Amino acid sequence: MISLIHSQLFLLTFTIGAYVVAVWLYQRTKLMLLHPLLTSLLVIIVGIKSAGIPYPEYAEATKIIDFLLGVSVVALGYLLYEQMIHMKGNITAMLTSVLVGSVVGIVSVILIARALGADPRIISSLEPKSITTAIAVTVCQHSGGIPALTAVVVIVVGIFGAVVGPIILKILRIESKLAKGLALGSAAHAVGTARAMELGAVEGAISGLAIGLMGVITAIMVPVIEVIMKYL
Amino acid sequence: MAGIFILLFFYFLGTFLSYLTGNFIPGSILGMLLLFLSLVCRIIKPEQVRGAATFFLNHMMLFFIPLGVGLVASYSLIGKYITAISIASAASTVLVVAVVGLIAQKMESKHHD
Repeated sequence: MISLIHSQLFLLTFTIGAYVVAVWLYQRTKLMLLHPLLTSLLVIIVGIKSAGIPYPEYAEATKIIDFLLGVSVVALGYLLYEQMIHMKGNITAMLTSVLVGSVVGIVSVILIARALGADPRIISSLEPKSITTAIAVTVCQHSGGIPALTAVVVIVVGIFGAVVGPIILKILRIESKLAKGLALGSAAHAVGTARAMELGAVEGAISGLAIGLMGVITAIMVPVIEVIMKYL
Repeated sequence: MAGIFILLFFYFLGTFLSYLTGNFIPGSILGMLLLFLSLVCRIIKPEQVRGAATFFLNHMMLFFIPLGVGLVASYSLIGKYITAISIASAASTVLVVAVVGLIAQKMESKHHD
């Protein structure tokens, strides 16, 4: 009976079950703090802790889900293609602002975290904080960070950006729909896009595109900036 | 099934390219870019991947749960630096919103003048 709880079948069923329930709960309540990733992580962590299952054992049992993460990152290429139509006429403005935003985001988080004495592994985990979780976690793993920290930071940053972002845009008197959508999507990925959609359809669509652009550009810029920062 | 094959194929292609370039950029990211370019260049038709891609995109959150559960393994390290993590992330997020918003607005209005 006990060994059954440690089995791959049980752990996979438990994980997907927790995810399904968390998604259902979020769709019912629409509360940002009940983000399905946060609630399912909480349930699973409490679950395996109380069953006495060590993390390496859990990770081994759920390896197949982890593998599918890579496939879903590839699938983002399709999403980016579908969203490209929103770039019409403003390609330069969009690419420039997202590129600068990406670099500013990476460099500022490195410098501030460094100044506050953070461990290098922590800093690597924070570098991709503004981008969609799947890409962020991949980038973090690649640069020697802690993927779990990145996953949680990304969600929290998304919620923070979605709440604070519109206030900053107002203070800076940014009224362009394109600029609002881009800023929210670049800084707060899908959570920011949900907020942008409340502002309007154009803002929402542009914000969705910004998630992809920011993700790709940041994935390329993180290794580049890491090399440059080493010599500074 | 063809869609799943295409996704896996590009994942493999990206991983291979990543290997050839000294793993500078992760394979799945290169796979994503290659898929995007193949769609733009009409090497692959969107209908061929739509079904499979939509499935993976809709349930993306599930796929990073196993990594997220790793929080339990690095809890103490994270706890130690929680202030740095919070301040750096929050300040940097505010900067990203401001920079992207300001540049986009400025360049867009130029475009209309």
